Amino acid sequence: MPPLLTARNVSHSFGSVVALDDVSIDVPAGRAVALVGESGSGKTTLLRCFNRLVEPLRGEVRVGDQDVRTQPAVMLRRGIGYVQQHGGLLPHWRVLRNVALVPMLREMPDATDAAGSALDLVGLPASDFGNRFPHELSGGQRQRVALARSIAARPGVILLDEPFGALDAISRAELQESFDAMRRDLSVTTLLVTHDLAEAGRLADEVVVMRAGRIEQQGAMRTLISAPATEYVARLIERARAGLEALQL
Amino acid sequence: MKCLARSLLISGLAVAVSAGAQSRPTDTSTVGGRRSVVVASKPFGESYLLCEMFAQLLESRGMTVERRPGLGATEIAFGALRSGAIDVYPEYTGTGLVAVLHDSLADSVMADSRAVFAHVARRFADEYGVLWLPPLGFQNTYAIAVTRATANKYHLRTLSDLARESSHLTAGFTADFIGRSDGLVGLSRVYGLHPRAVRPLAPAVKYQALASGAVDVIDGYSTDGLLARYDLVTLIDDRHFFPPYEAAALVTGKLESEMPSAIAALTLLSGRLDERTMRQLNRRVEVDGEDVRVVAADELKALGLIGGGPTTARVERSRSGFAGYMWDRRADLAALTLRHLLLVGLALLAAVIVAVPLGLFLERTRPLAEPIIGALGVLQTIPSIALLAFMIPLLGVGVVPALVALWLYALYPIARGTYTGVRDADPDAVAAAEALGTTPVQRLLWVRLPLAAPVIMAGIRTAAVITVGAATLAAFIGAGGLGEPIVAGLALADTRMILSGALPAAALALVVDGALGLVERLTAPAHRRRGIWRSRRAPTRTATV
Repeated sequence: MPPLLTARNVSHSFGSVVALDDVSIDVPAGRAVALVGESGSGKTTLLRCFNRLVEPLRGEVRVGDQDVRTQPAVMLRRGIGYVQQHGGLLPHWRVLRNVALVPMLREMPDATDAAGSALDLVGLPASDFGNRFPHELSGGQRQRVALARSIAARPGVILLDEPFGALDAISRAELQESFDAMRRDLSVTTLLVTHDLAEAGRLADEVVVMRAGRIEQQGAMRTLISAPATEYVARLIERARAGLEALQL
Repeated sequence: MKCLARSLLISGLAVAVSAGAQSRPTDTSTVGGRRSVVVASKPFGESYLLCEMFAQLLESRGMTVERRPGLGATEIAFGALRSGAIDVYPEYTGTGLVAVLHDSLADSVMADSRAVFAHVARRFADEYGVLWLPPLGFQNTYAIAVTRATANKYHLRTLSDLARESSHLTAGFTADFIGRSDGLVGLSRVYGLHPRAVRPLAPAVKYQALASGAVDVIDGYSTDGLLARYDLVTLIDDRHFFPPYEAAALVTGKLESEMPSAIAALTLLSGRLDERTMRQLNRRVEVDGEDVRVVAADELKALGLIGGGPTTARVERSRSGFAGYMWDRRADLAALTLRHLLLVGLALLAAVIVAVPLGLFLERTRPLAEPIIGALGVLQTIPSIALLAFMIPLLGVGVVPALVALWLYALYPIARGTYTGVRDADPDAVAAAEALGTTPVQRLLWVRLPLAAPVIMAGIRTAAVITVGAATLAAFIGAGGLGEPIVAGLALADTRMILSGALPAAALALVVDGALGLVERLTAPAHRRRGIWRSRRAPTRTATV
């Protein structure tokens, strides 16, 4: 059973800039929640609280039934998958070694095998790709490797920060699809940051709309569309829809 | 595996370098259990010649001699003597009075060279424990000289005449003379001499500069061999500004107590050299280009101080041109090159050991970084010769102060390269490594250092080339290396000798840069390695970490 994620009354600021203002969310075990909002809305800050890349000034953050502060940050992070917008692969390490990073940090005896099967899961067999350097791959392939790296040690939780944001539309759709399948297979608790409402709707069971460090609305995509809680949410949905209709012209 | 090979390479290098360092004793004055006498000179022809005469005289009496010719200028040579790094060098009473003691005497005393000698000798003994042996027999005073054409044009006969016309004239003075109170400073005060411009010139080039019209007036020495070669007019010191400059051997008190026989031998030269003789000897060295060793030996034989007939082994000049000259000196040049490499290698190694960790530390304490690296940068602006002079009171002369100075120069590029390289290493990769649970040390060793390696290596290469160049100046404080023929060549106005040091030094800079370029390729991050090892694309599984 994968752990659930909870944040209770979390507040944080960078200097005088308030990033999070008394925010609470839950990500049920094995489910996917998307944090949506403009830049500066606090969505990335909230995400980073769960692996202690941000230590909030107030409030409580839990992974499973444990407060994140009860174990050293380094140990906590080794148990949580993480993907960022620009994959952040180590450029001087070959693909297989990159993917084996977390299994190796956790001193798993079969680190290389774990990396190989993670690469298989993202559709880049180690026999073809394992020995390449990241710069020998396309942008989409690199992001797949980053995805493989985040799940190689089979974490119960995975955090994704705009993981497909830098890709072209086709790679993006492909990657979204394989990610969605993979997440369900592995039954991993997922928190996803995106500014793209459509992506949130496609990948997440529940969507959290954030604005200026506060939550505007939280619920299934269907609810957001049928009953937007605030004018901001309504506008956000209207704009996403307008984009789609423009395409259909 | 690769890391192991690399560290083996580095430790091997360190062993080789330190073994080399031990094979050449440098700062010691004992050879094989017997004390040797360290004989030095200042960097001009007459000083070289007297140094060589002292050395041969001592050797003829069965003593072991270590030669340290061409030490910087007065501060460096006298500093070395006071610190005990050298035992003896030729000095002039006027210089001792004004440049060392900062003293002046009543005009009536100044006119009596014996009284000045007695005064200077007493104060040196009291204050520094340094002895003046009885004078050699000649004076070598400053000779402010102009060409005959200039003298005629401006009607110059005395220094007062010169002062009157000085606003039309460009002076070319040695650096020593410009700063000394018995030099330009005093001349300006006493005569009101204010040339239109003052160009600092090396002793070796000032006569050519005067003859070619680049400057109008120079400071010569009354015994200079070149004074006669060019048709020059020496201006009369009508206000008796210059003190007497009687030449004598300046020795440490330590030498007197430990080796009275050395003092006795050196005293044999007292009163034996007059000005005419000295001018002739200087001329043979500076104008005719004869080897200092030959000229010194000839004169010592003529004086009956050493045995054997006149030297027949005259140095064959320009028999086979520059290449032949270099070939004849190949053993010396190889030894000098080796010594040069050793200086550079040790200084660079020490700089890497300090500056790389410093760069890493500063990257973690960013607010400190710019001030500290900036301070290291300021060190670069200190002229090498000044930095070397600062070292003498602390570290004496020879290899150690030279190494410290070279080390200081090498710190900046390496610290800057390390700091910048690590700071700017692929931020996405560093952030991802952090988010996935690497420790700061792991991030440093696995991500930041490997990615920063090219920038760090570029810093080390820059430092190496700077050090090869700066090490030529180490000869001014007796550290040897390829600067030795450069300094000697400058003092003796011997272009071939200068080139015999300068060309190998330039070649060495290229070779060192090239060799480090190779190392740079070997240490480049794996994905950027080209050339030497083509990236293998065989689909074999690589071991993880």
